[in-house]
Amino acid sequence: MTVERESQDPGVEKVDPSIGVDEWVARQTGRREYAPGIRGDVQRRFERLGWWPKLAIAALFGAIVPQLLTNDFQLQVGINALLLAMLALGLNISVGWAGLLDLGYIAFYGFGAYGFALLSSSQLNAPAGIHLAAYISLPVIAVGAACLGLIVALPSRRLIGDYLAIITLFFGEAFVEFTNNVAPKTLGGPNGITSIDPIKGFGGQIITNKGYFYFLLILLVASAAALHLLDTSRTGRAWRAVREDPLAAEMMTIPVNRVKLMAFSFGAVVAALAGTVFAAQQVNVFPTDFDTPYLILIYAALILGGAGSIGGAILGGLLLSVMLDGFLRSPTQAGYLFYGVILLTLIVKMRPWRKLVGVLAATAVFGIVVHTIVEAISKSAVAGGPQSSGWIADALHNWVVVPSNPTTAGNIGFVVLLCLCVALRQLKDPVRTVLLVPTLYLAACVWEGVLVAQPSITRQLLVGAILIVMMNARPQGLLGSRRVEVV
Amino acid sequence: MHFFLQELVNGITQGSLYALIALGYSMVYGVLKLLNFAHGDLYMVGAFVGYFVIQWFGGPTALTIPVPLLLLFMFLLAGGGVGALGVAIERFAYRPLRNAPRIAPLITALGVSFLLENTMLLLFGASYREYDTSAFISFGTGIHIGSFSIDIVRLMVIVLSVLLMIGLTLLVNRTQLGRQMRAVSEDREAAEMLGIDVDYVIAATFFIGSALAGIAGVMDGLVFNTVYTLMGFIAGLKAFTAAVVGGIGSIPGAMLGGLLIGIAESMVTGYISSTYTNLIVFGILIVVMLVRPTGLLGKVPLQKV
Repeated sequence: MTVERESQDPGVEKVDPSIGVDEWVARQTGRREYAPGIRGDVQRRFERLGWWPKLAIAALFGAIVPQLLTNDFQLQVGINALLLAMLALGLNISVGWAGLLDLGYIAFYGFGAYGFALLSSSQLNAPAGIHLAAYISLPVIAVGAACLGLIVALPSRRLIGDYLAIITLFFGEAFVEFTNNVAPKTLGGPNGITSIDPIKGFGGQIITNKGYFYFLLILLVASAAALHLLDTSRTGRAWRAVREDPLAAEMMTIPVNRVKLMAFSFGAVVAALAGTVFAAQQVNVFPTDFDTPYLILIYAALILGGAGSIGGAILGGLLLSVMLDGFLRSPTQAGYLFYGVILLTLIVKMRPWRKLVGVLAATAVFGIVVHTIVEAISKSAVAGGPQSSGWIADALHNWVVVPSNPTTAGNIGFVVLLCLCVALRQLKDPVRTVLLVPTLYLAACVWEGVLVAQPSITRQLLVGAILIVMMNARPQGLLGSRRVEVV
Repeated sequence: MHFFLQELVNGITQGSLYALIALGYSMVYGVLKLLNFAHGDLYMVGAFVGYFVIQWFGGPTALTIPVPLLLLFMFLLAGGGVGALGVAIERFAYRPLRNAPRIAPLITALGVSFLLENTMLLLFGASYREYDTSAFISFGTGIHIGSFSIDIVRLMVIVLSVLLMIGLTLLVNRTQLGRQMRAVSEDREAAEMLGIDVDYVIAATFFIGSALAGIAGVMDGLVFNTVYTLMGFIAGLKAFTAAVVGGIGSIPGAMLGGLLIGIAESMVTGYISSTYTNLIVFGILIVVMLVRPTGLLGKVPLQKV
């Protein structure tokens, strides 16, 4: 018998796999369900394309991107996105494939960055320093990271399930403590290591951001290719067997411990390579670069894209990073993103169209009514105006209620908004649709009142929300395949 | 010698706080097999509730009600409020995932922790806030023997923690609810078949565990004075260590682990250096995990096939 591994939410209608259908059959059935018309044609063509042509197309797209970007800031966003994609790709090995919750993953990234920093700066062997070429230092760091992965994973042989998460979490914390406190002469303490050499070798060196973008792109494509080979190999299948049921896997003569150790090591190598590029490109490394918030960001990227799929990990990393970096730096663009995502969600989720139009119209009217009433009661309660700028803000100026001092009201609004969102999830349809109207309106008010003014906190809130919402609504992520548990 | 005793008292105070938080971790792990990463943030919320109670009643220097009543309000509101928050989190974030793969609620817990922390950051900012306990409780009172002294606040924290732990032990061992909790943690499905309302038991566990964390938060504010939005993470981590060292899922284990970690921490700070405190605490954890993977008082989990 097979049972669907998904939340028991009455609101979500269940599709296959149903009872009695196993994962492979379910996937095959799913594959034959195409949309009608041209959409279906494109879908079919795309699916018949092999994995390698797809990778080539994606790489080509990636290679064109820097030509389209106009300034260095956008290029930096691109580099950050590629880094996050690479990190999510590495995390996917242990979390997505082997099913091991590795909460110390960020330390491997830090190890790579610090390793490169020590091997390409004046920190060691002063005053001359060590300045290795990249074709020496990168392999050295990769091997070192693989060994470190082995050492961290060694306890996993004895630890069942959650204890591994704990040990790795402490390993990650210990790394930050270590770089902060131990050997301040060499590691720089909280001040980190500065003036790191660029990546160099064979007589050349990479100085421009464009160069780093291409270097990262090549690294990412190469890692994706290597991991795809690994995924489809015996090791990849062993990882998935261990993820589903370690005991059964052991019975099938899979060397469970060795397979777990390998997952950690491979993940560590990918993360460390990303770390070297980060160090070389940033020129400085600080302990705070490798702290828990960034780890959670990597998790969010992987979960968003879909754990267990290479394409998902990369897509999640790119999407999340571009979203957080590129847009939330300027309030106007952040507004596009905020309203865009809400509209898109409504368009995707809301059927029929008439209802969608009704809700949007009702929200608009509701806003005008509330604004008029509040203005009639107190002028100062609407005196604030949107905190963002641009045409959206102009359009909303006489619609949202933002008091002249938005902090307190915004805080209350934010808490109420959280409660409303939670309530929406619990309620059934007629009430839900009605409640959606004030929720949407309140969201706009809170956004214009507080969130836009605090972009860095909003980013973090968004990351946390992505983790919770994705896990509850679509645990397989955007591109992952749904997991089926065989009882 | 008296330096040692003084450090010991500090360690026990700190340890009682860790133990109270660790109890929540352990209880939740017992019934749900879930590492609730958001637990440390509940502790932070508790500390904030205490702070706002003081402000509500006129601030530390101009209290409008007597101090014992204030303390009572602080503990009750922090315990009740944070307990309710814990129940709400369970209801909306974890309950839908009860039959999902193990990794899903863990990742959700990371998300909840992050969301809570940043919500508080958005609402109250990153600045440090002072309880200013010395303005309304004189630290001079307490037990003094020669040069050795325990001030009244630390004494209260230790006594109250011990009382709470005794109460919790009685609750788990002697009452109907406690019996149900033990049944659920032993085997959830079998408990359900025997007519135990599993959802209610889990919600009650979350309430008690979170309330303890909230109370610990107020105690932390009273003893160490400062509260800030990021205090939850590191305290949660230490309490987590305590729960694991003691054997996660075991209530006496959480208490023992909390005290051990607290004392170890204050000894390291006192005799070696505060720089290495965290590293040594994590080191203890790793050694314990390697030697006894199930913690000091933990049971070896049976692997069911």
